[in-house]
Amino acid sequence: MIRFIARRLVLLVPILLGLSLLLFLWLRALPGGPAEALLGERATPESIARIEKLYGLDRPLPQQYLSFLQRAAVLDFGSSVRTNEPVADELKRRFPATIELAVGAMIFATGLGIPLGYYAARRHGTWVDTTSVVGSLLGIAIPVFFLAFLLKYVFAVQLGWLPTSGRQDPRLDTEYPTGFYVLDGILTGNLPAAWDAAQHLILPAIALGTIPLAIIVRITRASVLDVVNEDYVRTGEAKGLLKRTVDRRYVLRNAMLPVTTIIGLQLGLLLSGAVLTETVFAFPGVGGFLYSSIFVRDYSVIVGFTLVIAIIFSIVNLIVDIAYGFIDPRVRVQ
Amino acid sequence: MPEPNRRDSPGRGQPSDLYTVDSMKTEFGDLAVRETTGSSLGRDAWIRLRRNPVAIIGFILVTLFLVVAVFAPLIAPYGPSDTPGKGIVTPTNIPGPSADHWFGLDDLGRDEFSRVIYGARQSLIIGVVSLLIGMTVGVIMGVLAGAFGGWVDGLVMRITDIMLSVPGLLFAIAVAAVLGQSLSSVMIAIAVVNVPVFARLLRGSMLAQRDADYVVAAHSLGLRRRNTVASHILPNSISPVIVQSTLVLATAIIDAAGLAFLGLGSADPAIPEWGRMLADTQRYLSVAPHLAFFPGIAIVIAALGFTLLGESLREALDPKYRR
Repeated sequence: MIRFIARRLVLLVPILLGLSLLLFLWLRALPGGPAEALLGERATPESIARIEKLYGLDRPLPQQYLSFLQRAAVLDFGSSVRTNEPVADELKRRFPATIELAVGAMIFATGLGIPLGYYAARRHGTWVDTTSVVGSLLGIAIPVFFLAFLLKYVFAVQLGWLPTSGRQDPRLDTEYPTGFYVLDGILTGNLPAAWDAAQHLILPAIALGTIPLAIIVRITRASVLDVVNEDYVRTGEAKGLLKRTVDRRYVLRNAMLPVTTIIGLQLGLLLSGAVLTETVFAFPGVGGFLYSSIFVRDYSVIVGFTLVIAIIFSIVNLIVDIAYGFIDPRVRVQ
Repeated sequence: MPEPNRRDSPGRGQPSDLYTVDSMKTEFGDLAVRETTGSSLGRDAWIRLRRNPVAIIGFILVTLFLVVAVFAPLIAPYGPSDTPGKGIVTPTNIPGPSADHWFGLDDLGRDEFSRVIYGARQSLIIGVVSLLIGMTVGVIMGVLAGAFGGWVDGLVMRITDIMLSVPGLLFAIAVAAVLGQSLSSVMIAIAVVNVPVFARLLRGSMLAQRDADYVVAAHSLGLRRRNTVASHILPNSISPVIVQSTLVLATAIIDAAGLAFLGLGSADPAIPEWGRMLADTQRYLSVAPHLAFFPGIAIVIAALGFTLLGESLREALDPKYRR
């Protein structure tokens, strides 16, 4: 098991190195170099040359890449041109929002998806099954931003049940010890603030969670269908175990293996930011910030955010692999 | 060394006459049916596909989308830039659906129905071109990895690892940002995202075939590796690629709309694009929700069509369901 983890960690190194090289070359390939981005409209050939000398942009590319790597290794990405704040601080401010949204979306997706998928499989071939299959295909075919838009129009604009955008009502007087607004509200004993933050999460979480929901329903259904035909399930039934016991200890437990993987992979994906959902709901997470940074050529933010997102994405995937080994003894033995 | 005769793969032959004799049919009805359906995988899949209602719905939706895209000028009552509603439309009054304008007018007085119709063309072009680019590059990488193995395989897999370590949409945005705002940059961006998917899929499916009995047999008969790969391994590993390409058409349409929604589509505002139509009307959310509704539904229909078709193809081509 330790060798397995170590090998996976070693494999991460070339991935991150390759990614950093790709990122470095990508930045150089962006139209309008970093100097022009800094200077904006006032750029003259002389001032560009001065800035390039100042930031070492006139040195040969391999040298530039090495110093880029050195700084990236200690997570020093400089400051954002737009907000004048260190990239690390921007990350600290925005990642909790993204995590909160991702977790909300996954609670929605798993909480609904596993029972639905299980129910569909146990009633295989009936209308319940067909509806859930078609419904999950529909969930995959709906563009996230269109769904977000529909939810916002119906529940926020027309019915007025939920807020249209943001993370929390700015008029509320609150403190943020952790940066997770719902948790902060509970920790500081400010329950109205926690409730307000939770309400702001509902629509974006549903919009974002719909694709994972559809995928989880499908995987759960397929995997339960596979398991119910296994010999050990028949044996369990034959020896007179209660249906409930067979379902819980034999069917569900074995069927959950592939589902766990999918949940982990989807969570990794959601943690990397949801540009579209965040845009529709003006939700201040990492995705939207990174996206807007690309257009104002805020290089330090682009580099820092992309690398951190990729690292988190890879680590979550690694954890999923390891967790799989713990849940399924067969993987460990190999 | 003379090349050994390559025989047709078994099971490809026509049902033998023996079983189609009338008397046999009645006496061994079951047997006869099994023999006819047990022909080639392709024919078998086709038969199952025609019986599957999901496939038929998918086929109808896809056909609708294709017809609309190809014959847009014949179907649309107005051109995409015509403004029949000029003078009627104000920022607070954007008429919804009516007998004259089925989907209403947009904020500039253009006929929304015509624009949705013309938008299908854009989606179809982006979908097909990006699929072709992504699939070609991905398949080449997959074949290299699957056929050669060793360090070639390792290299290709590390490249796909890196590409997959950035989430899809972000990756597409990054590519589109470098290439600038244009139609071709959107197509390339979407294609690039799909390259590692195709590469891995084909490699995996080729690896699964590599130790199959018929491949070992081909080897022991002295067939060259090039021939084994081209005429034995590849044809038997290609069906996941076919399924994936149908599904990719759906995601390509959605992703293209997503990129356009973020302002990364074609730079020409005269060309209607579903994603941008949706984005442009965000300001009029409470005045004219129809402007977002119709292009959104159009995206869903196109994407759902390809998804249903792809899923039923997957089921039809899956040997697990074969008898």
